[in-house]
Amino acid sequence: MGADHDDHHHAPDPRGRALRLGIGGPVGSGKTALTAALCRTLGPTLRLAVVTNDIYTTEDADFLRKAGVLDPERIAAVQTGCCPHTAIRDDIAANLDAVETLEERFGPLDLVIVESGGDNLTATFSRGLADRQIFVLDVSGGDKVPRKGGPGVTTADLLVINKTDLAPMVGADLTVMSRDAAAVRDGRPVLFTSVRQEPEAHAVAEWVMGLIHAWTYEHAHGSTAPAAT
Amino acid sequence: MSAPSPNAALLLLADSRLPAGGHGHSGGAEAAIASGAVRDLPTLAAFLHGRLATTGLVTASLAAAACALGASIAASGTADARAGEGGGGRAEADMPVPADGSRSGGRAKPGMPGPASGDLSGGQADPPSRSGGDRRGGWAGLDGEADARTASPAQREASRTQGRLLLRTARRIWPSPVLDGLALAVPHGAHHPVALGAAAGVTGCAPQEAALAAAYTAVTGPATAAVRLLGLDPVAVHRLLADLAPDLERVAATAAARVPPLSASASPGPGSGSAPAAPPSPEPPGDSPWAGLPAHAAPALDLLAERHLRAGLRLFVS
Amino acid sequence: MTARAVLATAPGPDGRTVLAVMRSAPPITLRRTGPGRVHLVSTAAGPLGGDDLALDIDVAPGTSLDVLSIASTLVLPGSGTAESLMTVTARVGAGASLRFAPEPTVLAAGCRHRMAVRLELAGDARVFWREEIVFGRHGETPGRCHSRFDATVEGRPLLRQEFTVGDPAVDASPAVYGGARCVGSTLIAGPPGAVPGDLPDRDRNDGPPPDTAPTGSLRPGEAVIGDGWAMLPLAGPGILVSALAPDAAGLRHRLERGEAAAFPH
Ligand SMILES: Nc1nc2c(ncn2[C@@H]2O[C@H](COP(=O)(O)OP(=O)(O)O)[C@@H](O)[C@H]2O)c(=O)[nH]1
Ligand SMILES: [Mg+2]
Repeated sequence: MGADHDDHHHAPDPRGRALRLGIGGPVGSGKTALTAALCRTLGPTLRLAVVTNDIYTTEDADFLRKAGVLDPERIAAVQTGCCPHTAIRDDIAANLDAVETLEERFGPLDLVIVESGGDNLTATFSRGLADRQIFVLDVSGGDKVPRKGGPGVTTADLLVINKTDLAPMVGADLTVMSRDAAAVRDGRPVLFTSVRQEPEAHAVAEWVMGLIHAWTYEHAHGSTAPAAT
Repeated sequence: MSAPSPNAALLLLADSRLPAGGHGHSGGAEAAIASGAVRDLPTLAAFLHGRLATTGLVTASLAAAACALGASIAASGTADARAGEGGGGRAEADMPVPADGSRSGGRAKPGMPGPASGDLSGGQADPPSRSGGDRRGGWAGLDGEADARTASPAQREASRTQGRLLLRTARRIWPSPVLDGLALAVPHGAHHPVALGAAAGVTGCAPQEAALAAAYTAVTGPATAAVRLLGLDPVAVHRLLADLAPDLERVAATAAARVPPLSASASPGPGSGSAPAAPPSPEPPGDSPWAGLPAHAAPALDLLAERHLRAGLRLFVS
Repeated sequence: MTARAVLATAPGPDGRTVLAVMRSAPPITLRRTGPGRVHLVSTAAGPLGGDDLALDIDVAPGTSLDVLSIASTLVLPGSGTAESLMTVTARVGAGASLRFAPEPTVLAAGCRHRMAVRLELAGDARVFWREEIVFGRHGETPGRCHSRFDATVEGRPLLRQEFTVGDPAVDASPAVYGGARCVGSTLIAGPPGAVPGDLPDRDRNDGPPPDTAPTGSLRPGEAVIGDGWAMLPLAGPGILVSALAPDAAGLRHRLERGEAAAFPH
């Protein structure tokens, strides 16, 4: 389900195209906020485009367009017939079409972010769609969530725990969350953010830059780059 | 094409789990539900019945025609591959296709990426000449017949989107120069029934089977959408679909019988054995061989499709 | 009864259209009612089952023709089970324009009617073609009808549409007529930028003027919808106004709204 680091048999051949980064997680955890933060921080350096999957309407895409973090034309909304999780996992055709249309129009691109609709806590991205994925939780669900695991929490390339500013208010213990996440994630990274307090999300942006470097290196040399992050 | 035997690929093509974006389309059901016209099992049954008799028959016949055209292109090889003329032009952003042999019509090399140099771009030079002699008997001609039967821009857009997604998926599952030729000839996405029929042909289906798949998807998409949107009992809705099964078969037979035999195909498809529904006299005008295919309009669906596009809140693309 | 009526225009010496051929064939009677204008006058009841009626129209290059009718056409059953057939064939030449806007066809109970229109347009021909079908007289269950309309531009299909009436399960479907008792459509065809605004209201004195003052060209691109009508830009050079309504007056009103929307304000 998640992307295993040792096995990247993506179809089609990824050479020469942008890295596709999925951002998943439950509704309201801050996926759109994080997407906006990444556009804000990486926009000046990287050639970017975004695909959103909404449950209904095109709210996320509209939010991003209004936020002014990216040329509105580079943001595409996919409608998913009640099932955003289907559109990122079982039947990715509409998302692939959106990604490829953006690449065709604005390419070459370095990074295409695909935000999931977040209708399903267990939804992760198909590897046919996303090369790497971030799973976004927030602290307001309580500090038990990482312990419960689930495919997003355990296998995402990066787990982001957002809204740390709210931790005191909801009585969430960040050290517990950090420890529990580490226990189920087999060494894969976890980052704590408050996109509210730090709208640039520097730590996550840095992690993404690391991915981009590794991706570029891989495709230039046909082998895995030495650990970049 | 040889005598029909049950073709498992047909099941894959008609399966709603085929990853080709079908789950995002309700075929007008979402708008019909929003308007109150569809609200329970009886109104859903009436909706599906009317949809099958109109759009269902039209798409079934286009799919059957596409299936027959693909078979005739595959059978006649390079020379006639240009029936899928694209006016030269650019190949759509294609994904590279694995270079293993294609399952049928395996004459040409599948998926040579790159525009207009291969067999399939045919002799047409760059300017998209609208007058080539073989043009109207090729993919673009058939796609134009679908256009002429789809007055609503919203429905044309939905059909082309689904066709593009289906063709993308089918080319990876069943690589074939026939499908490459279609993608080249209709770069912005062939109409869904044309893509479906072409894919069915490549998997070895007969025109009547392609028609059945098209008729089936014409009712199952809206039925599934209604289950989701209205919370209807899924078993009861499948009962409706089962009741429609004889109609589906009849529509597929009628659709296939209306497809004219193409000169290049060795023998007419099995569908043409049954008695054709008498076409209206006189012969409809037009240069393409498919002028006389069914063209049943569904004005309410046109209105619903356009209204849906303007709705503030929608779950389905169409 | 079999009848073939013929109508053909030619350019006159002063550049105005003359009617080169106007051959009535009862029950189709043609009457010239103005320059380049002809009314269809029905001189018998019907069509009746068994009738095979045809009208052939040829609009010569550069000429223009209006075809209207005095009254609606009431299709009645014949003595046997034979169908009635009405075929209209029209060729519109280069730079020519045709307006065909007869009164509605009303399907009386028990009728079995077939209508076929084949319309062949030159590349820059202009056409305004209205078709209205009423499902029975007041309160009446209609007979059966199959109508097929095919329009091509230089051999390429522009619009192909069939209507069938008389199968209650289909007629009542929310996907098809949705309980309406009338269906109508108007094809407005012509190259972009070349359709004159005078087509829809060439006969102002025959009906209410449209609520816009049409000038210039067809509106490209976007569909426009209203209550029971839609103005639909076709893939080819033209627009289809499509409408459903509970009665004939409502249908005409909705079509006119859509026709007005087809022209820029
Ligand atoms: N307090 C706080 N609120 C946040 C933070 N990040 C996002 N939000 C808010 O949480 C709500 C949901 O965020 P959104 O990005 O739309 O969530 P999504 O459904 O995962 O895309 C919005 O009102 C955001 O402003 C954060 O770090 N702290
Ligand atoms: Mg969001």
